Amino acid sequence: MVEIVVLAKATVDVQAVKIDADTNEPILKGVPMKVSDFDRNAMEEALRIKAKLGGKVRLVTAGPPEARDKMRELIAMGAEEAYLVTDPAFAMLDYAAVGKLLAAAVRKLGKIDLVLAGEASIDQYSGQMGPRVAGALGIPSLSYVRKLTPDKEAVVAEREMGELVEEYKVPYPVLVTVNKEMNEPRLPNMMQIIGASKKPITEWKAETLGVPATELAPRVKLLGLKGMVMKRKNILFADEPPAAAQKLVEALRKEGVLGGGQQ
Amino acid sequence: MTILVFSEQDPTVNELLAKAREMAPVLGGKVIVMAYPGSPHPENFYKRGADRVIVPVSPALSTPVPLAESYAEMLHRACKELDPSVILIGSTKWGKEVAARLAGMLGCGCTLDCSSVALDANKNLVVERLVLGGNATSTEQFSAFPAIVTVPAKVIPCLPEAASPGGEVEKRPFEIPAARVVSLKVTKREVAGVKLDTAQVVVSLGRGVKAKEDIRIISELAKALKGELGCTRPIAADLKWLPKEHWVGLSGTKVKPKVYLAVGISGQIQHIAGMRDSSLIVAINKDKDAPIFKAADYGIIGDLYKVVPEIMTQLKTCR
Repeated sequence: MVEIVVLAKATVDVQAVKIDADTNEPILKGVPMKVSDFDRNAMEEALRIKAKLGGKVRLVTAGPPEARDKMRELIAMGAEEAYLVTDPAFAMLDYAAVGKLLAAAVRKLGKIDLVLAGEASIDQYSGQMGPRVAGALGIPSLSYVRKLTPDKEAVVAEREMGELVEEYKVPYPVLVTVNKEMNEPRLPNMMQIIGASKKPITEWKAETLGVPATELAPRVKLLGLKGMVMKRKNILFADEPPAAAQKLVEALRKEGVLGGGQQ
Repeated sequence: MTILVFSEQDPTVNELLAKAREMAPVLGGKVIVMAYPGSPHPENFYKRGADRVIVPVSPALSTPVPLAESYAEMLHRACKELDPSVILIGSTKWGKEVAARLAGMLGCGCTLDCSSVALDANKNLVVERLVLGGNATSTEQFSAFPAIVTVPAKVIPCLPEAASPGGEVEKRPFEIPAARVVSLKVTKREVAGVKLDTAQVVVSLGRGVKAKEDIRIISELAKALKGELGCTRPIAADLKWLPKEHWVGLSGTKVKPKVYLAVGISGQIQHIAGMRDSSLIVAINKDKDAPIFKAADYGIIGDLYKVVPEIMTQLKTCR
């Protein structure tokens, strides 16, 4: 039996974010949300471990109320219980505040052996939350894990750090962050999706978790977002391949970039 | 208002010291380096701007593989004693793991992979970093200390080495419990001999290439242009058709060649974030709406299997 918690995040779909040409700011309003990619790998791994060793898989997310619907996908994959930590001021909460809420949520769940999370979210790509929550909980953690071999008392984890492949053993409780290399997340079938829509998602507020409001005051404030401007020539050749190739090579020659490595 | 500097990479410590030196007079405090125990010449940090260099000593810090758990514990204890306002850490994968864990232990603010760190007119710490898959830069301000900031190598220019002989390095014992994480094995991965970050020409392929054998078509084009071969995430990480050293992107290698050719690449944001600093960008894709064309100076709308051989022919007649 392994008691598992998967930490997940609903993020904006970064592929759908456009930059406002006038203000040069990314347009986030109306952008669809999705489950952050690696979190699906974390859920998949949790379910495989459960199938092998038994136990329970719980899902915890912290986010605005809209995050609730997105979690259905992970519930459909097979999570048995789901918790949404939310707060009216959620948009203002920073890493420190969310980290404290997630740690408090994991603590409230009682005896936990393994906490799994994506190594980074697709919107921030920071990789901070996993080790931060582990630090707050005082449990060991390993980030960037691509292979996990659990038994009843401990996990063996493999990760790649540049040119090195490292293998570790950590006794429970432990927090592990995973990436896409770990597995291929299952696609829930229709029955599972319908089933997931009926499952309750327990809502927890900061007070429920005993986190005082002062603890949630942001340590870091967002001042602004600036879109990366792409100023390119955008000259496209749509001719038949021979003519298009000729025009392109001609253009590259004029740009003076056909000398290759010698230039 | 002490500034603490830590990195397992000595050159990065020197760079962080330059930033710490710039901020120290404003914050009015000392710059202290917590040196990596493996650092061969910690005394040299005095020549790069340190006021104090402390080498932590503990069996937990001399394990064959350095453990983030132990180093975060050491830094946590150092913070309790030295009460730093700003903690600058080198942004390696390992350094970020240490920084984030320490942030959780301290319950403080932390920003990773910052491309800019500065104090504003009101002595507020302001940082910039890439977000939204590399599509935007966010500017963030710390409203409380301590503040943990990690900065990658080569972002901050280091100060010239001072001629002063420097000072004494303090060896400081730390009583840190043995980490619960235990290293079992470390193996060196076979690394492909690709030099993407310094290449003048990079020719990259994406999922438009239908079979592994067809990579040859693109690698021949790369060869003809005297360039290196790059690829997208799916090719390296999912299909594993090419070693990861070929992977261009936000989490792969960032390239800035004179010319970048994207062949059969749709143009996911994370890929573009890895190549948009190229001087000239060329795209070949059969989908006229592929986002890659927005990032390109020149593009051919067409099937790469037909277009690339024609380019090869043109290149031959050019010479």
